[in-house]
Amino acid sequence: MRELTFSKAINEALETAMRIDDSVIKYGLGVTDPLGVFNTTLDLEEKFGKDRVFDMPTSENAMTGVAVGASIGGLKPVMTHQRLDFFLLAMDQLVNNAAKWNFMFGGNSSVPITIRLIIGRGWGQGPTHAQSLQAWFAHIPGLKVVMPTTPQDAKGLLLESIFDPNPVIFLEHRWLHNMVGDVPEDDDFRVAIGKCEILKSGNDVTIVSMSYMSIEAIHAAEKLTENGISCEIIDLKTVSPVDWETIYESVEKTKRIIVLDTSSEFASIASDIVAKVSTKFFNVLKSAPQIIALPDVHSPTSYHLSGNYYKDAKDIVVEIANMFDKNIDVSDFMTKEHHDIPGDWFKGPF
Amino acid sequence: MKIDKEILKKIYLTAFKIRKVEEEIADRYKEQEMRCPVHLSIGQELVPAVYSMFVTENDYAVSTHRAHAHYLSKGGSINKMIAEIYGKETGCSKGLGGSMHLIDEEVGFMGSTAIVGGTIPVGTGLGLSIKIKQENKISTVFLGDGSTEEGVFYESLNFAAVKDLPVLYICENNMYSVYSNLEVRQPKNRKIYKLAESIGIKSSHANGYDVEDCYMKLEEAINYVKENKKPFFIELDTYRYREHCGPNYDNHIGYREEQEYKKHLEKDPLNIMKEYLSDESLDIEEKKILEKIDDAFTFAKESQIPKYENIEKYIYKEKN
Ligand SMILES: Cc1ncc(C[n+]2csc(CCOP(=O)(O)OP(=O)(O)O)c2C)c(N)n1
Ligand SMILES: [Mg+2]
Repeated sequence: MRELTFSKAINEALETAMRIDDSVIKYGLGVTDPLGVFNTTLDLEEKFGKDRVFDMPTSENAMTGVAVGASIGGLKPVMTHQRLDFFLLAMDQLVNNAAKWNFMFGGNSSVPITIRLIIGRGWGQGPTHAQSLQAWFAHIPGLKVVMPTTPQDAKGLLLESIFDPNPVIFLEHRWLHNMVGDVPEDDDFRVAIGKCEILKSGNDVTIVSMSYMSIEAIHAAEKLTENGISCEIIDLKTVSPVDWETIYESVEKTKRIIVLDTSSEFASIASDIVAKVSTKFFNVLKSAPQIIALPDVHSPTSYHLSGNYYKDAKDIVVEIANMFDKNIDVSDFMTKEHHDIPGDWFKGPF
Repeated sequence: MKIDKEILKKIYLTAFKIRKVEEEIADRYKEQEMRCPVHLSIGQELVPAVYSMFVTENDYAVSTHRAHAHYLSKGGSINKMIAEIYGKETGCSKGLGGSMHLIDEEVGFMGSTAIVGGTIPVGTGLGLSIKIKQENKISTVFLGDGSTEEGVFYESLNFAAVKDLPVLYICENNMYSVYSNLEVRQPKNRKIYKLAESIGIKSSHANGYDVEDCYMKLEEAINYVKENKKPFFIELDTYRYREHCGPNYDNHIGYREEQEYKKHLEKDPLNIMKEYLSDESLDIEEKKILEKIDDAFTFAKESQIPKYENIEKYIYKEKN
């Protein structure tokens, strides 16, 4: 094992994929620029040449269709967009072509493309640079939707996504890029799509979480342990298809569930998980399932509004304490000078 | 110089106002109180400054992520813009939008948004409303070179051409989309205005660093739209001095040459205009502008912060 940042892990996955398979190509606005999409695409052009690694016109929709065409022609395109929001222009090619190509042609031809999208948060990203629309993608049959939390999963899941014969939406939370974690030495280390992971075992309540919210969950669980509540944290890793079995097993044990989501609550991954678990475990649950997600409002730009809008470990502690009719003082817990940055490394503006 | 000195003075002062507002934002950005992305127009002031000579508050304009200059050239309130960037209740978008989402409908600035190409059809639609309501005004769409690569660009221009809409498309070609040079995005030797022309829209090209050229061609373009009630597309070459997003210079990071920046700086339209005017009374005017800018920052800093309880209020418009 060695320690890598989340972005370095992604960079390694891309490097490995391109090295072991000549059919992998990488493009997107900025992939060859000096900052290399938050360091994730650095050095790829030098290593693999301009034919396989290239910048592109500001044409998200066409370039997604181009990926579809290139993939049915035998390539494995990996696209990147600096924000998920910019990719909304490409929903037509994604939904009407990529997602159903295999289905509507009776399994004759599939579309092995990977689309990396970055979810923004903080520093006034606001209504058009911070949307967390994983539920949109998850709603479409034929798409796989992956949301890694740790550097290890970022690498293993990206490799798995690139070599999956289907379109995969790979969602990176901007606040994870500089997080550090252990990554196996194995060059071609893979993590299965469609499997979640128990980040921490516990007995009293199941926390199902995804992406950046899993980091907040880890902090919250420590505080809750101090207060006698033992949490089991399940990191979803893939939000479609969901690994229901692992969730069910955990809930059967803890009999309580709270789901954390990086998106707004209505019609979200969290609300679907709560719905399914409630139906299945109606008689087993000891308290009402809970959700911590964003309000059903666009992300406000102002620093003076975003603090209340976003949720963190404190909110999780308070909500879970509530489920146990407890009161836990969080006034001194995880206080930071500015709520709108993940750490000192983030100096804005992007 | 074919431009009357009085007119040139006005152009200069508008460009000066834009630059000083932008520089003040850049200087104060490190205080970390303007906590949102800012795309500055320093280096690109001439086009909007000249533009402001030919339109009134009655005309419409829409813009992009890089909108400060357009907003100001249309007469948008400095106070409300700065307050918006500070995330205050008194901001033009109540702090909800920030630098990338400006609006001042009182002066016809109908909105700027941050998704590339997003306002090209919106400005075209404003043109449709002008036409159907038979109003005496024009709609201007400010756009960058990058946005002409989006599908909505073609779709909007095509519609404007089919319907003869009174829309002026002002394409500020600064050669970059973030760090990506035009060369990797569009074919060599194919000018953007030629593309627009081939869609069926009368088009022209001007040097956005040459006041005379800029003035003549913009006047011609705007008059064409006003008189013929048909669309016009003008491409103007320009240059941003600072990084794509943020207050700093970034010529050292490797996506462009310092030399390219210096070449433009040597031809800086503000310097050239000021030298040509060599008018001592300018100092007084400049001072007045600087005071206004200072006031705007004071206003923004002292303004109330928005109340979180209110944000749901703006999801839907209340029924009357
Ligand atoms: C649809 C979409 N794609 C990508 C982006 C990221 N982005 C923000 S500004 C920008 C540059 C666009 O270039 P141009 O239109 O030339 O405007 P300039 O920044 O040069 O003023 C890009 C690509 C975006 N905001 N929206
Ligand atoms: Mg540009």
